[in-house]
Amino acid sequence: MTSSDVTTAAPDAETQREMYRDAVRIKLFDERYLALMKSGAIGGMYYSPRGQEFCAVSVAANLRPDDYVVTIYRGLHDQIAKGVPLRELWAEYLGKSTGSCGGKGGPMHVTAPDYGLMVTTGVVGSGIPIANGLALSAHMLGQDRVTVVNFGDGATNIGAFHESLNLASIWRLPVVFVCQNNQYAEYTPLAKGTALSRISDRAASYSMPGVTVDGNDPVALYRVAGDAIERARSGGGPTLIEALTYRFNGHVIGDQQVYIPKDELARAIADDPVVKYRRQLIDAGLVAEADLDRIEADAAAEVADAAEFAMNSPWPAPESQATDVYAKETVG
Amino acid sequence: MTVQDEHIEVTTKTMGFVQAINSALDIALGSDPTVFALGEDIQEPGGGGFGVHKGLGAKYGENRVRPTPISEQAIMGAAIGAAIGGMRPVAEIMLMNFVHVCADQLINHAAKLRYMSGGRTPVPITVRTATGTGGGFGAQHSDMLEAILVHSPGLKVVVPSNPADAKGLLLSAIFDDDPCVFVEMTGLYFSAKGDVPVGDHRIPLGQAKIARPGTDVTILTYGRQVVDSLLAAETLSGHGIDVEVVDLRTLQPLDTDTILASVAKTGRAVVVHEAVRRNGFGAELAALLQEELWGRLAGPVVRVTAPNTPVPYASTLEQAYLPGPEKITAAARRLMKG
Repeated sequence: MTSSDVTTAAPDAETQREMYRDAVRIKLFDERYLALMKSGAIGGMYYSPRGQEFCAVSVAANLRPDDYVVTIYRGLHDQIAKGVPLRELWAEYLGKSTGSCGGKGGPMHVTAPDYGLMVTTGVVGSGIPIANGLALSAHMLGQDRVTVVNFGDGATNIGAFHESLNLASIWRLPVVFVCQNNQYAEYTPLAKGTALSRISDRAASYSMPGVTVDGNDPVALYRVAGDAIERARSGGGPTLIEALTYRFNGHVIGDQQVYIPKDELARAIADDPVVKYRRQLIDAGLVAEADLDRIEADAAAEVADAAEFAMNSPWPAPESQATDVYAKETVG
Repeated sequence: MTVQDEHIEVTTKTMGFVQAINSALDIALGSDPTVFALGEDIQEPGGGGFGVHKGLGAKYGENRVRPTPISEQAIMGAAIGAAIGGMRPVAEIMLMNFVHVCADQLINHAAKLRYMSGGRTPVPITVRTATGTGGGFGAQHSDMLEAILVHSPGLKVVVPSNPADAKGLLLSAIFDDDPCVFVEMTGLYFSAKGDVPVGDHRIPLGQAKIARPGTDVTILTYGRQVVDSLLAAETLSGHGIDVEVVDLRTLQPLDTDTILASVAKTGRAVVVHEAVRRNGFGAELAALLQEELWGRLAGPVVRVTAPNTPVPYASTLEQAYLPGPEKITAAARRLMKG
């Protein structure tokens, strides 16, 4: 199957405006967070999704609030796109008591079920089998919600990926597998660790549709994801989407990216999908430039507010360290 | 027949271990639509590797008694996700050694998702798994891995020793809000028959049982070794040694009150388990006893366990490996001689 077979229409102007808004919120959150890390104001680990904004935004634009999303440690964009408020997100990234998990999860384990963000895993590929289970619960409970699970290209070499696609196919689960192919599995380029160049071809082994699409083309991915989500919701079973993208900031904070050709990275950054989409929206007459300016100013204010809220929030009380292990805390 | 059990009169039926587990699954499936079973081969007519699900597929259909491919990670992940989504899955991992195959899902995810989410995503799964030495299954189908599971905060671990406990503990595990691993020792599958309460009869997790009262020495044990320890206790009574056998039933949560009360009374403890000795659960029990009863023990805590080797195949080697009644008897006699 190819992305030219899609039936979902291009998003209307209002939807595209919202997609841009979310992409900007992600971009500004990331840029501010990275700046604070580099200044030493924030410690810990951080896996920047910069450059991959639309892999999250264009898929989530097709989802309902009660649909489920599962993501990985590079998950900020998926978390924001699914609707997790920036305040509780930033607070969880800092480990504050006001965070979505009260500071027990951190960036690699953000969970916010109120917004359908069900699992963020720190183990490559491990969210995929769990997404099947979420989809199974919806099926068994007679709910028509869909589960989207995001992962990278490296995760498609994990055994659990293959087990899960097979199971999802034989059970026709309402799940969409979204591989955000950013060309590198940690520090290893795709071709060195993966036996095929087109990851969506792996879907054929599991008798499910597989489609490769430019994940940095917001409208193209929106349409492909729309088809897959509609298919899942209507009982047509799973789809594997390969969204081609690129990460701007390497694997993890501090990555000097010595293994990445300089011109390759420069080309990708020059082709920044958020900047490009802004131009497209103006050129197509979909959103006025002044409106985009306002969106950006609002997003900047929202990010600044979230950062301040999180910084000023209290740390978790030490007494809470041993709670939430079991349902009844009396169990030692 | 009827018996007095915990002050409530219950009707019982004589059945084996497999039938008791089948009965618990039947009751859970019949009483709660969110309960479902999944695992390899569990469809009719076989009902799984050991036939535990026999008849349930026909009664509840393949949507709720759900056969899977041989994909332990996918099975465990499906159970976890379904549990987060509001179901109570009962997953069968055919043999406990295969828990290693899906350890990432069980240990990194099922055990931790409640904690990592600040309590927002409980994982009420039950994982049933069979194991044990004595059937000629060799080194990769027989291991007792309970110590690894107890070492993973967030999991509960249950090892029943008889059909009635198997049913009552399994029902509690299924309706517990935490992930429970339920270890079924194959040596008990087709040997022990017992009187099992009819109906939804539950035994709370975290309550040990005095399987035999005594005053001279306490044997702390669980699973199949309860049977062996009771045989040893009979032999020891012929030597004038009055043994108390404590069946732990669940290792996490652990009934430390019953354990400490018994050992405080007898002053002597023998720990018996089928898992290998090094870093086995017995080491934890020995540490607990010295921490809590230092100065009140009449002798060192003795461990009777499998040796630090893989499980062998030949029956003579299996018998050498197992901590059977003779080894338990000898250990208790040595301890009494001081």
